[in-house]
Amino acid sequence: MPVTITVNGVKQSCEAPPEMPLLWALRDVLGLTGTKYGCGVGLCGACTVHVDGVAARACLMPLSAVGEKSVTTIEGLSPAGAHPVQQAWQLEDVAQCGYCQPGQIMTAAALLAKNPKPSDEEIAAALSGNLCRCGTYQRICAAVRRAAALRKGSKPA
Amino acid sequence: MTTLSKVSRREFLAGAALTGAALTLGCSFEAEADRVGATALAPNAFLAIDSDGRVLVTVNKTEMGQGARTGLPMLVAEELDADWSKVVVETASFDPSKYGFQGTGGSGSIRGAWEPLRRTGATARAMLVEAAARRWNVAAADCRTENGFVIHPSDAAKKLSYGELVADAAALPIPDATAVKLKDPKDFKLIGRRVARYDNPAIVTGKAVYGMDIRLPGMRFATMVHPPTFGGKAKQADDRDAKAVPGVEKVFVTDRGVAVVATNTWAAFEGAKKLRVAWDEGPHGELSSAAIRAMFAEKAKSPGDVARNDGDFDAAFATAAKKLEAEYEVPYLHHATLEPQNCTARVTADSCEIWAPTQFPNFVMDEARRITGLDAARIKIHITLLGGGFGRRIEADYAADAVEVAKRLDGVPVQVTWTREEDMRHGWYRPASLHIVKGGLSADGRLAALLHRLVAPSIRGQRQPDGGKGVDPGAMAGIATTQYDAPNFRAEYVRANTGVPIGFWRAVFDSQNGFVQESWMDELAQAAKADPVEFRRKLLGKSPRLKTVLEVAAKAADWGKPLPKGRARGVAAHFSFGAFCAQVAEVSVADDLPLVHRVVCAMDVGTVVNPSQVEAQIEGSIVFALSAALYGAITVEKGRVVQSNFNDYPLLRATEMPKVEIHLIKSAEAPSGAGEPALPPTAPAVCNALFALTGKRIRKLPIALD
Repeated sequence: MPVTITVNGVKQSCEAPPEMPLLWALRDVLGLTGTKYGCGVGLCGACTVHVDGVAARACLMPLSAVGEKSVTTIEGLSPAGAHPVQQAWQLEDVAQCGYCQPGQIMTAAALLAKNPKPSDEEIAAALSGNLCRCGTYQRICAAVRRAAALRKGSKPA
Repeated sequence: MTTLSKVSRREFLAGAALTGAALTLGCSFEAEADRVGATALAPNAFLAIDSDGRVLVTVNKTEMGQGARTGLPMLVAEELDADWSKVVVETASFDPSKYGFQGTGGSGSIRGAWEPLRRTGATARAMLVEAAARRWNVAAADCRTENGFVIHPSDAAKKLSYGELVADAAALPIPDATAVKLKDPKDFKLIGRRVARYDNPAIVTGKAVYGMDIRLPGMRFATMVHPPTFGGKAKQADDRDAKAVPGVEKVFVTDRGVAVVATNTWAAFEGAKKLRVAWDEGPHGELSSAAIRAMFAEKAKSPGDVARNDGDFDAAFATAAKKLEAEYEVPYLHHATLEPQNCTARVTADSCEIWAPTQFPNFVMDEARRITGLDAARIKIHITLLGGGFGRRIEADYAADAVEVAKRLDGVPVQVTWTREEDMRHGWYRPASLHIVKGGLSADGRLAALLHRLVAPSIRGQRQPDGGKGVDPGAMAGIATTQYDAPNFRAEYVRANTGVPIGFWRAVFDSQNGFVQESWMDELAQAAKADPVEFRRKLLGKSPRLKTVLEVAAKAADWGKPLPKGRARGVAAHFSFGAFCAQVAEVSVADDLPLVHRVVCAMDVGTVVNPSQVEAQIEGSIVFALSAALYGAITVEKGRVVQSNFNDYPLLRATEMPKVEIHLIKSAEAPSGAGEPALPPTAPAVCNALFALTGKRIRKLPIALD
């Protein structure tokens, strides 16, 4: 029986059982492969998406828990890569293999939406659930600081 | 679909054929002297320029985060004087007859391509210049090139774009690539510049395609349950409950375990949980870390095969004023690539197509041929981006799974994805090892005698029926190649193979040998009542480059200056993969747990092609080393790996990231490796700092202070 969910602003029917985690519905049913599988148990953050604007682990969230909520994936953040976090990630040349970066970016974007001027400690704490095996943490933190500055520039207070 | 290039080579050349001629050049690739694999030589096409001036560079190395798809094209573009914004990059499919050796590892991509790819660019440039000179009726030698244009000798405003010249240039004879003139390094425009990663736009929008992101019409999703013990086999599988999971279509036993095929990965995972498999545990069902440790200790009592012998260690040690001995050990380690092992394949009666996240497509080909019985000509291997490699994807077991499963699906494509737990428990682990070290000091505190005996399994030996004999040179990396001028030095190797599958890991044996050597150097310095930097400096008379990085790191880290109470510094230096690296770590301790606040790294990698990428590799190596030093251990009980996921195999997190400061030495030497050599000094620098702070010497990793 199909489940209806809203992903990146589009309400769609997803041919999957309600207990299927959102991660696999996105990847294997809807073909949105930007959200990654890393651990399956909420330890690595590679599957981070926004559910009603809040960072969530798609590997732990069954479709039934999504319900009417609005899901944003990396593909929907800004398809052109224009979101300040995506811009900052390129300016700081953050990515190495890049596999964890969609999750890192989604966590960072959710952080800045809630806290536009995070301290270094707040940045590290917010991203501490997102593992990067290539070790890009120093650049990730620099990119979040830069994204905060870009947001400030683009949205006059 | 498997690479990020906006156009495939075929589309690119087809487009070029429609719009005009394409200039295609071949070049001979000297495969790098790579410790991990075979080499092959074949001339072929790495560059195509079309009449729109687009420059297609075909990269014959896998992109796994080290920046191959940026750094290699930079080499071509530099000598070509190309407009970087017009460079299009594709990863070559597997075809050694065209692309030469395609294995990626041993920090060898830039090293191997440095000369041939620059010659490729220079050759194309020479042809474009010749074509322009003929049109203008001027001497080619008087023409300049800049940013995708040939410029007239007497009128700088008169210029021809490469695109305009392609048709003429393609009709010219190809000059001898070994004879074309390369730029004087002082004229480099791209090399040495911070060029952002080519794949950044795709990565930040989620469009980058890794192995697990391959999607084909009608494809199925599968997973594997492998034997829990090393060398085990599935006897039979009760699949009734597994098949009851909605979406599960097929279950079957293969040579490598039990496969569950479904309409989506989650159904395959759920089905796998419900399998009841009868296993033949194989020959290693009783293997344990304790038994391996005891075997190492027993073997350590006897001398090993001599890998290096300078002077007379025994005589010098016997007469030394002060004698020291110690035992060090390190555990097995897992790669833990963030993208678990996976591979996609489609097999018909007479064809096999594979989409593999692999470092060594030649091993994938070997497996595909073995399993399908097809000729190489009927097997096509596409190489995707890798969600981390670090040596794990040199092996081809994931590809064997995909081909085994696809073979049973009559042409239906299938993606096989391992769960994180399967990935953790079916690795090719960084070898564990035990080390006996001895040192003798003269009355005036000079190092008079040094012995380093390594007891470890052999990665090469694992692939030989008898386990191999004598010294494994790979295992002695960093010991036999020490830069220290110890007058009476003996390096010994004791082969100690076990049933645990082992493989190449970031800096492999340098990671552990460097830890031991640099910790031991600190012990010797302390016994000699010498400053650790000064003690090393005096022994580096024959290695000016290592001495320089040591001095630069010490100075930048304020070595010798006081620190706040509760903080201490430690130093280490190591030579590997052609690069010289020294680090100073600054640590404190809270609740018996080490905190690393700052790592100052000085490194000499020869010519720096792309500082952003070299620094990224250094940052990454330090993080990789810290994860291992603080947490990393794969242990074995009852023939099974104990660890399963990131809860019991933790990796460093953002909150634990030290401040990393990097100082690259200016050099005109050819580039060395950069992806691994910053790893070996980190653990000993941290442990030496912890000793300075607490007086406790760490001789076993991961670090335990309590």
